[in-house]
Amino acid sequence: MYEVRIHSRGGQGGVTAARLLALAAIRDGKYATACPFYGAERRGAPVVSYVRIDDRPIRVYSQIRHPDLVLVLDPSVMDVVDVLSGMKPGGRVLMNAGEPREMKGFPTCAVDLTGIALRENLVVAGSPILNTPVLGALAKMGVITLESAKMAIQEMFSDMRNVAAAEAAYRELVA
Amino acid sequence: MLTVATGNKAVATAVKQACPSVVAAYPITPQTEIVEQIAEFVTSGELKSQYIPVESEHSAMAACIGASVTGVRTFTATSSHGLHYMHEMVNWAAGARLPIVMANVNRALGPGWNIWAEHTDAFQERDTGWLQVYVGSVQEAYDATLMAFRIAEHESVLLPVMVNLDGFLLSHSMHPLQTVEIGDFIPPIRLPHAIDTAHPMGYGTLTGPDQYFRLRWDIERSMRDSVGVIRETEREFAKRFGRRYDAVEEYRCEDAEVVVVAMGTLGKEAEVAVDLLREEGVPAGSMRIRWLRPFPRLDLSGRDVVAIDRDYSFGFGGVIARSLAATEGAKPFSVIAGLGGQEVTYDDIAGFVRSRRPGEEYWFGVMPDV
Amino acid sequence: MTDIPREEYILKCTSACAGCSDSLTLRYVLKAAGPETVLVVPACCTSVIQGIYPNTAMNIPVYNVAFAAAAACASGMSAAFQAAGRKTNVIVYAGDGGTVDIGIQALSGAFERGTDFLYICYDNEAYGNTGMQRSGATPAGARTTTTPGGKAQTKKDLDAIVAAHNPPYMATACASYPKDLFSKVQKALSIRGPKFIHVLSPCPPGWRYSSEKSVEMGKLAVRSGMWILYEREFGKVTINRPSKAAMIRPVPIEEYLEPQGRFKGISPEALAMLRSVAERNAERLKREEEGIC
Repeated sequence: MYEVRIHSRGGQGGVTAARLLALAAIRDGKYATACPFYGAERRGAPVVSYVRIDDRPIRVYSQIRHPDLVLVLDPSVMDVVDVLSGMKPGGRVLMNAGEPREMKGFPTCAVDLTGIALRENLVVAGSPILNTPVLGALAKMGVITLESAKMAIQEMFSDMRNVAAAEAAYRELVA
Repeated sequence: MLTVATGNKAVATAVKQACPSVVAAYPITPQTEIVEQIAEFVTSGELKSQYIPVESEHSAMAACIGASVTGVRTFTATSSHGLHYMHEMVNWAAGARLPIVMANVNRALGPGWNIWAEHTDAFQERDTGWLQVYVGSVQEAYDATLMAFRIAEHESVLLPVMVNLDGFLLSHSMHPLQTVEIGDFIPPIRLPHAIDTAHPMGYGTLTGPDQYFRLRWDIERSMRDSVGVIRETEREFAKRFGRRYDAVEEYRCEDAEVVVVAMGTLGKEAEVAVDLLREEGVPAGSMRIRWLRPFPRLDLSGRDVVAIDRDYSFGFGGVIARSLAATEGAKPFSVIAGLGGQEVTYDDIAGFVRSRRPGEEYWFGVMPDV
Repeated sequence: MTDIPREEYILKCTSACAGCSDSLTLRYVLKAAGPETVLVVPACCTSVIQGIYPNTAMNIPVYNVAFAAAAACASGMSAAFQAAGRKTNVIVYAGDGGTVDIGIQALSGAFERGTDFLYICYDNEAYGNTGMQRSGATPAGARTTTTPGGKAQTKKDLDAIVAAHNPPYMATACASYPKDLFSKVQKALSIRGPKFIHVLSPCPPGWRYSSEKSVEMGKLAVRSGMWILYEREFGKVTINRPSKAAMIRPVPIEEYLEPQGRFKGISPEALAMLRSVAERNAERLKREEEGIC
């Protein structure tokens, strides 16, 4: 089972990113679940969502303690949350940033999702959309295929700029 | 068709396909998305129902009762405090023999305010004459909702059915969902006691002790008959759509010397614990109770039992543990876990099994580790 | 005015008290509504007067439902009839307790949603079915089993609450004026949406007067101005003729109070409260009728 933990802030689309990733994995022919952890969070508070991907039906509902991949949509949460908590040996990090940072030796990829969203004019209520471009980055990292990523995005959003943004993130991922 | 959906969306999708004439509901976390989705289906014309945005849950059930007695299909959904606010009418619906289907998203009761999963809300309604099913996946939430209409409306049942799904763990989790073409799986509703102005009757009039007693026995008789109707409906569902369900879902139980009995998502998580224990050489199995009412029989003979209750009856014990003691003569290790959405992992469940103490009660995370 | 039909929908075997004006009211309501009608009845005297299962004194379908649930139950019924394309009158027939107290939330919800139904509150100004405890509709000074010294507060202004929902039709009535009651029910049922009729329902055991005087008590209530007969159609108020007359030449309030044991020994303060409520209601309705407010 492949387990992904997504860190973001309320309102940044972490829950939708989790659902898109699960949908893309299902389009790859896998089983997947997306479980947002709902607390008493409000807009702007750090939030976490989980995605599990497996070749068999998934029967685990508890939170992910030992992720294979940590996705940080907003690096500022790292000031208040230990995003590397419980990382599996060999686990990887994907960050919304121009350049990868040192993350205690865990292989880290970076992509400027915010920049891509602004470039593609993907802005809703003043906030750049991060959850569709991130699927391109996840495809580049081999978590899902780019085909399924695009399929998932189109199933949930009609605006084709989301697909273009995902393709951009696929191209621009820095390992 | 293979799609993805949250538990709430899955329920709403099943309701759309069952096409009730009247839906009356009041929003409450974590059920809200069911109501919103149905309102959207009605607005878009995908669902041809009268949607009544009532001012309370008491009125939601009252409106379903008023609609149902005219002989049409009805649906509502609620959770926790909402279920308890409608408690009076929950009793009324069963007593009036109305095949209303309700989804209840299991959530803890205040105080303090807690929006997370717990089964006590629905367990406290277990003696009302409603059939109750608890699901373990988004797919099952969809399947059980479809089956609920057929079971409730069956001429030998004519009792309301409550479909229970764990708050957030299922209501807000997105899973694969295989939808089906229901065809004639749910036959047209025919309520023998529907209101007919050409044949006026009094409904729920003042009833003396002897007659009242007889009407109560009628409810119990139908409850007993529902066992066969449920089995027949689940077999028919499997035949048509390929997914198999039973009153109790057994996992690796054939040679099991110890079985974990649990409900809802904990019942699924227990299967993973069983795999873990088997790898260690512990001959474990699990039983997920799906139907709380009518309460099923479990084959526990000669086995150790670890009963996990995501509920509690104060001054009595875990309802599942106590029920197994009463119906099967079991002496379970009674684990109270997961109240108010407490995190319980398969590792924790495996731990309960390894350190079981038959006959004792253990509050996970509160009492010292076993 | 149409003649009142001879058909009876309430049969001669009710378990009502002698002199009960609730059953008299219901008789005219059903004559006006006709057989294509369902009555929704919450806990109230009417729950009892139908008789005991499996018998019923009612010749139309009656759905009995829990105390607080009548208006919501009727909402569901009305929606279901609409879904089935059936044109059946849905009438809630509820007492004052089930309307002004425990049932007011459901009433308000149903009116706000524009439910197509008629809500009739027959008001005997206390919880009659349980032996006369105070309700929000009990007037000041009235003794009930829970206000043995007389009620200290005034009667809740139910009509103003209902009027705030702007229903297309609302009216008051009293079975002492059967033709008026009959035509108001007919008019209400000819209009789509939520309609409301508030009926004063004198109660011999509760009000403690002798049971042959129910019709007379209703008339005294109107003639003294303690009960005003009026209609509000699409916002336009019409004060009906008996109350118009009473406004010009009222009988003294004392004539209405004196035969009623519940007002025996009423304090001057409570009497003043009754008088001022009656005057305030009359003034307000007159201004509304003249279009001043």
